[in-house]
Amino acid sequence: MHDTIATVYELSAPGRAGMDLPASDVPASDLPAEEVRADCGLPELSQLDVVRHYLALSQRNFGVDSGFYPLGSCTMKFNPKVNEAIARMPGFSEAHPLQPQETVQGNLALMFELQRWLAEIGGFAGVSLQPSAGAHGEFTGLLMMRAFHRERGDIKRTRIIIPDSAHGTNPASTTMAGFTAVEVPSNGRGNIDLEAVRAACNDTLAGIMITNPNTLGLFEERIGEVVELVHACGGLVYGDGANLNAVVGIVRPGDLGFDVMHYNLHKTFSTPHGGGGPGSGPVGASARLRDFLPGPVVEMANDPNGPRYRLAMPVKSIGRVSPFCGNFGMFVRAYAYIRQHGAAGLRANSEHAVLNANYLRVKLRDAFKVPFERINMHEFVCRGAVDGAGVRALDVSKRLLDYGFHPPTNYFPLIVPEALMIEPTETESKPTLDAFVEAMTAITKEARSDPAQVKAAPHRTPVRRLDEVKAARELVLSDRAALSLGPLPGPAPQAGEGSGPGGGRRRRDE
Amino acid sequence: MSYVPHTERERRDMLAAIGVDRVEDLFAAVPARVRFPELDLPPGLAELDLVREMQAQAAGNFPADPARSFLGAGVYHHFRPSTVDYVLSRGEFYTSYTQYQPEVSQGMLQALFEYQSMICRLTGMEVSSASHYNGATATAEAVLLALNAASGKRRKVVISPAVHPQYREVVKTYLGGAHAGIVVGDDDGTADVARLKALIGPDTAALVIQNPNFFGQWEPIEGLADAIHRAGGLFIVVADPISLGLFRPPGAYGVDVVAAEGQPLGIPPNFGGPHLGIFAARMAHVRRLSGHLVGETVDADGRRGYVLTLATREQHIRRAKATSNICTNSALCAVAAAVYLATMGKRGLREVAELCYHKSHYAAAEIGKLKGFAVNPQAPTQPFFKEFVVRLPGPAAEINARLREQYGIIGGYDLGGDYPHLKDHMLIAVTELNTRASIDQLAMALGKVTA
Repeated sequence: MHDTIATVYELSAPGRAGMDLPASDVPASDLPAEEVRADCGLPELSQLDVVRHYLALSQRNFGVDSGFYPLGSCTMKFNPKVNEAIARMPGFSEAHPLQPQETVQGNLALMFELQRWLAEIGGFAGVSLQPSAGAHGEFTGLLMMRAFHRERGDIKRTRIIIPDSAHGTNPASTTMAGFTAVEVPSNGRGNIDLEAVRAACNDTLAGIMITNPNTLGLFEERIGEVVELVHACGGLVYGDGANLNAVVGIVRPGDLGFDVMHYNLHKTFSTPHGGGGPGSGPVGASARLRDFLPGPVVEMANDPNGPRYRLAMPVKSIGRVSPFCGNFGMFVRAYAYIRQHGAAGLRANSEHAVLNANYLRVKLRDAFKVPFERINMHEFVCRGAVDGAGVRALDVSKRLLDYGFHPPTNYFPLIVPEALMIEPTETESKPTLDAFVEAMTAITKEARSDPAQVKAAPHRTPVRRLDEVKAARELVLSDRAALSLGPLPGPAPQAGEGSGPGGGRRRRDE
Repeated sequence: MSYVPHTERERRDMLAAIGVDRVEDLFAAVPARVRFPELDLPPGLAELDLVREMQAQAAGNFPADPARSFLGAGVYHHFRPSTVDYVLSRGEFYTSYTQYQPEVSQGMLQALFEYQSMICRLTGMEVSSASHYNGATATAEAVLLALNAASGKRRKVVISPAVHPQYREVVKTYLGGAHAGIVVGDDDGTADVARLKALIGPDTAALVIQNPNFFGQWEPIEGLADAIHRAGGLFIVVADPISLGLFRPPGAYGVDVVAAEGQPLGIPPNFGGPHLGIFAARMAHVRRLSGHLVGETVDADGRRGYVLTLATREQHIRRAKATSNICTNSALCAVAAAVYLATMGKRGLREVAELCYHKSHYAAAEIGKLKGFAVNPQAPTQPFFKEFVVRLPGPAAEINARLREQYGIIGGYDLGGDYPHLKDHMLIAVTELNTRASIDQLAMALGKVTA
């Protein structure tokens, strides 16, 4: 029913071209002969080939624009089209980051306002827009915590508490920042275990990384005590802002005592996920940590002709984590989102995100057990296996694809076996949620009447289940048709070097 | 309020199903003393008013006419084929998440797989990640890969002073948690890599150079690969992807890891981001690579398909032991680069590189004729690609201000801030977008404003 789509290398024909460039209008200079290559190895396609190819590929991809995408922890909300149009305005998209600052006052003003608004939303003293993603923000915040302790000569603080429900980026960022992760369990109500936190608090603790609401979608009921315990032993509190969409205008993490937090502009602030990026992960900091923020940040000075904006490094900055000003194109979209909604609209968005998630939980709980059941925030986690039928959460997810829905997040958080983590977001309507409930309920019936059908799903997608073991074992990471163009340039592989795709004989004369 | 679709009746029905009276009741777990803060934000706007306000905001910048801009230094105005934004505007692509459900993500997966394939050919490497944030963080991750490959035995990284200054800053920040040292070679502006060789020792995990370097010049790399390999470290090169359409790829001179900024491949300057981190390496390092990798496989019916692979390197599986914390990357920008490369093709990219080369040399010759100016004064015989250094008869900032105010030209990058010995020097970038007329006007204007 579905054909394989030929790759750009399979479509290539020697001598075909997709683009003419103007003839040179200057005299030719001699090329450095020893530096010139014969062939850069790119394919040769017509423009129509290119357009049809990528159109066909796009039709094999599912986005928020295609349908309901309840992927927990990812906040797949509607990405307003007006934001895309705004980000393409030439004043924004064509501006060069190294232009003299007096020529880009509009962009610096936008960054200054966004810093201020994010600080207001999070309850922080300062914000840097430098980090390019959530994990990048985590790494940044941890480096700031490290710098804070070191400045005080407190060099023995090497441990970071991380709950067992945390995103995998938390421990990975911890290692990158030179700390050791100490995992603490969750308790029977889905909160972090306060006694375990207490036991981990001593003078070697650098801090805690905490997600609130946590990845079970639950607001930490004893968050005040957690913060107090960590602060009392000299540690700092890092907030993973991945779940901020639950609480904009509801509570400010800074008011709960958090010292530093990243914001995912590509979750809470509606910038598109782009198939995995680009995102943006600004970091907010409390008064005692703001001087360590990465820079440059934008500052404002009032002069007689009005406000003037300039880039400056915070006084104890950990340095740059991105070149230039960070992912400015994402700032434009997030700015437009905040500007469009205002305080009342932002709070209403969070309220509806929570309303939708609770409605789904209540509607689904008879078919799928919710292990830590109480009023949840923007998402909830249920057990996705259908007992007695041998149908697992993954099977239910794959079957959902046949019903035209993107599945929830599978097998995360790790503390719930067979987890399905469901986050509907505020932009989905009741009829959409009802249709999803109907599909999920229908799948549980199918699982009992015809489990083989569910276990073999999906049936209606362009490809069926893929062999991931084969992919990891054979490691075909580059198109074989590209390799048929000839070997890669370079010296012969050294002894012990792998001989994977492209690793065969090579010559230097390409 | 049009962002949420609920009608009043639906809202009521949903609250009733949940068993609460008011939406506020859903937030009882939030401590009352901090619940529902009054946020000090401007009131919301209708879409029509929003567009008007954003137009005014965008107009608060000096319009960068690409033909009359000579500013590069890591971000370039290049021609962008119309196919690129056409593809990027497909909602199926840009509103999707990372491809954890491959059955409904074959479009992005194949596009990224083809991106990896083209990057491998272009750089002469055997494996490419599916993208990193930008060229600077790709460079930092390449350095972390080298430290990882050295298993803690070598903790020193030698970086050429002719690597982009902001990339060096990002590498330094990244190493803040890695217990490793960074050594930047001395610099007198001559791109003397022989001095770098002297810094390499048994404690060196990596040598990092940029080629063509930050000043646009090819480095005399003879013997560098051997020197670092003899010491047991890795050779990391920061490359310009446009140059690879015409010139020798890093794979041809013994490089282990290539990091590059992919912005020239169809991505707007965007005031500095989002851009694209290109990260490619020898197959021997595939298990130490950071970032997503797309691999080819088959489905249950034997049809070709694609999946994210080697996830055992990544944070969501390995957690504290992952090769990197990277999750969100720059996938859509990688698709932009793929569409750019497929559209330009073998011949088109070569022609872009040729135009950059010839036009920049024409500009250098014209500016070199001006009284009080000198082109590449520290290395006059070193070949260069699309950028060159100009010694000016006065401060760069003042000259740039006059170029802008009197001629509407955006001049080159003032080098004095990053390189104190290059006070009164600017770095001029010339691409296929600069016409002969605009180059002539720049030369004329430079002469006039310094007369």
